[in-house]
Amino acid sequence: MIYLDHAATTPMRPEVWHAMTPFASGVFGNSSGVHDVSRRAKNALEEARERVAAMLGARPMEIIFTSGGTESDNLALKGAVWSPRDRSGVVAVATEHEAILETVDFLRRLGSPTALVNVDSEGFVDSEAAVDATGPNTAVVSVMLVNNETGLIQDVGAVAEAVKRSDSDVYVHTDAVQGFACEDVDVGALNVDMMTITAHKFGGPKGTGLLYVREGTELEPVLHGGGQELGRRSGTHDVAGAVGLARAMELAVADRERFRSQIGQIRADFEKRLVAGIDDVVLNTPRVGRSSHHLNMRIPGIRNETLLMRLDQRGVAASAGSACQSGAATVSHVLEAMGLTPAHARESLRFSFGWTSTMDESVEAADIVVELVEKLR
Amino acid sequence: MKVLVAMSGGVDSSVAAALMKDEGHDVIGVTLKLWSGSDGQAPTAGCCTVSDAEDARRVAAELRIPYYVLDYVDDFRDGVVARFVHDYASGLTPNPCIECNRTVKFDRLLKRLDDFDCEVLVTGHHARSREIDGFWHLLRGADKAKDQSYVLSMLTQSELSSTRFPVGDLLKRDVRRIAAGMGMRSAHKPESMDICFVGDGDYRGFLEEIAPDVFHPGPLVDTAGNEMGSHDGIVGFTVGQRRGLGVAVGEPRFVVRIDSESATVVLGSRDDLLVSGVELCDVTWTDGVGGTGGLMVQYRAHGDPVAASLAGSTLMFEEPQPAIAPGQTVAFYDGDEVLGGALITSTNL
Repeated sequence: MIYLDHAATTPMRPEVWHAMTPFASGVFGNSSGVHDVSRRAKNALEEARERVAAMLGARPMEIIFTSGGTESDNLALKGAVWSPRDRSGVVAVATEHEAILETVDFLRRLGSPTALVNVDSEGFVDSEAAVDATGPNTAVVSVMLVNNETGLIQDVGAVAEAVKRSDSDVYVHTDAVQGFACEDVDVGALNVDMMTITAHKFGGPKGTGLLYVREGTELEPVLHGGGQELGRRSGTHDVAGAVGLARAMELAVADRERFRSQIGQIRADFEKRLVAGIDDVVLNTPRVGRSSHHLNMRIPGIRNETLLMRLDQRGVAASAGSACQSGAATVSHVLEAMGLTPAHARESLRFSFGWTSTMDESVEAADIVVELVEKLR
Repeated sequence: MKVLVAMSGGVDSSVAAALMKDEGHDVIGVTLKLWSGSDGQAPTAGCCTVSDAEDARRVAAELRIPYYVLDYVDDFRDGVVARFVHDYASGLTPNPCIECNRTVKFDRLLKRLDDFDCEVLVTGHHARSREIDGFWHLLRGADKAKDQSYVLSMLTQSELSSTRFPVGDLLKRDVRRIAAGMGMRSAHKPESMDICFVGDGDYRGFLEEIAPDVFHPGPLVDTAGNEMGSHDGIVGFTVGQRRGLGVAVGEPRFVVRIDSESATVVLGSRDDLLVSGVELCDVTWTDGVGGTGGLMVQYRAHGDPVAASLAGSTLMFEEPQPAIAPGQTVAFYDGDEVLGGALITSTNL
C-alpha cells in the first residue's frame, strides 16, 4: 500500500508505542489514587504535561488532556459559551472542521448568536471580516491553523490580533490539529487563548489530544464528574495516551525540519508529476501559504469517488478530504466555501503525505494516478 | 471476470456477492446511498439505512472484497423521489422501486461499470437471465413466490447482457441457508417491504412533509357524480384503496378513479373497480422489437399473470381486472420468460 492519506491519520511511531506500553498493565494505576502504582502513573502524567507545555510555549496547568481533536474543539467553544461570562456568541471560519462547525450549529440551536466568516477563493480569511463577524456578545472566535482539506495555512496570529484589538474580551481558539507536524506551534506567537492538538495526526495514538487554555480563561467543562484536570475535564486519566501524545509531539518537533524539507519535496515532486502528466489540473491548495504535506487538486472530468476507488484497487490510499459516516464521498464544505461548484468539488481529491512517505513510493503513486486518469478520461 | 455487486445489506445481494466470489470472479461491492432525510442524515428505517450499509460493509469484509458506498442522493432525489411526488400529484400510483431500477441501478450505475473496470453488474434480484445464441432471455426466478422479474421487465438487451442475477436460480430458503452457513448477520433479516425513503409506510405523511404544496382539497364523489365528502388532496390516494376514505356508507366503497384536474376522487363499489383494459406508455421489449396480439401480463408485483391482447398502446384483458392503478407497471410474459413491460397511463372503466 502507498499511503497518501496522512491528513486523515498517521501510523504510530514505534518509539511512541514503546513509551506507552508500561502504562497499559505495569503502571496501570488511576492517577488520582493514594498508592504507589497510582503515584507513578500520576508522575508520568504530570511529566507528560510539562513536556507538552514546554513545546507549545505554555505552562503545564494550561494543558487539558482530552480524547482528541473533536473533544478539544467542543470544549473550547461550548466551554467558552457556557462559562459564567455574560457572552454566548460564537464566530468560526466557514472552512473549519466539522468538529467546530457542528458545535457552532448546536450552540446556535441552543440560542447562541453565531456567525461564519467567509473566505476568499483560495481559502484565506480576512482579519477585518473576522472582526466584523464579532459582536458585543461574542464569547469565542475559532480559526483553524492548517486546513485539513487543502493544507492552507491561515494567519491565525493576525486574525487573533485584529479580533482582540477590537474587543479584548473575545477568546480566540485555533484548531491546530493539522498544523503541528509541519509548523512551529507557539501559543504566544499565535496569540490564541485556546488551541486544539491531537496525537494521531503526527505519529501518536488515536483517542488522545489536548486543549491549551490560557491561564485566566473562563471555561465551563463539558464533561462533569470527578474533577480531574483542575475540574475542567473529568474522567479517569488516559495516562498511556498522554505519555504517547507527549512522546509523539517530541518526535514530531525533532523531525520537523526534515519533515518540512524532505516531505515537502516529495509532495512537491508528486504535484509536479501530476500537473505535467494530466491536462487541466487545477490546484485547490494555494501556491503560497500552504503546509508541506497537503495537496488538494481538481481533475476536470473525473469524479473523485471513481478515481479514489480505482486508486484503492491499485493499492494507493487517498481521500476526497471529506466523507460522511457511511463512507460516501460528500461535497466538501471547504471547497464550496472557496466558491467551487458542487460538480467541481466532486472532481477534487486530497493527497496528504507524512512521516513515513518516501520519494520512491510517491513517484510510483504519481505514475498510477496519471495512468488511471488517462484510462478514465 | 471483474464484477460489481450492488449490495443493499440484505440477504439476497449478500449471497449474490458470495456466489460470485466463490465462482472465482474479481468482486467489488457497492452500496448506493440514495436518500438523506430532511435533516441530511441517512434514514434509520427502510432499505438504505446506515445500518444496512453497515451490514453490507461487514459482509464485504468477511468476503474480503473491496467495498464502497456510492453517493446517488442527487440522482435519486431529482429522479425517483421527484417523480414519486409528481405522479401522486397527477393522480397516479407510482412504483418508485421500478423507477429506481430504471434510472439509477440499471442506468447510472450500469454506465459506470467502466469506471470500476468491471464487466458486469450483479444484483440480488430473484430472476434468471440466459444467453442463447447471443440473445439474452429474462426469466422468472426459480422461487416463484419470490420472483422479482416484474420489476426488471423494462430491461433491454444491452442492460441484460451486462447484468447477472446469481440468486435467481435459488429458492429463498436456500439463499438464507447459504447466508447462515457463512455466518452472515443478514441471514435472518426481515425482508424490506416499505419504500426505502418512506420508512414507516406512511406515504401521505411523507408527501405532506416533502411536498405540502401539491395538496389541493377536493370532493369525494360517487360514480354518478354525487358529492359524498371531501379530502385535503388527491396525493396519496390509490385506486382500489378502501381504508381512510372518511366516508361511512353501508356497503364497502373503494377509490375507483382519481381526476387530478378537478382534484376529484371517485368512489365506487367492488364491481366499479373492474376494468376491461388499460392504456400504456413507455413500452419496452427485452428483444428490442416486440409485437402485438395475445400475451400474458402481470400488473402488480405479486399478482398472477392474466391473459390479454395488445394493440398499439391499448392492452385489453380477456377477463375484466380489478383495482388497476394508473402509474403502475405491467410486465409481459410468455410462460416464465419476460417479454417486456410498460407503464399504465389510464384505465378503461
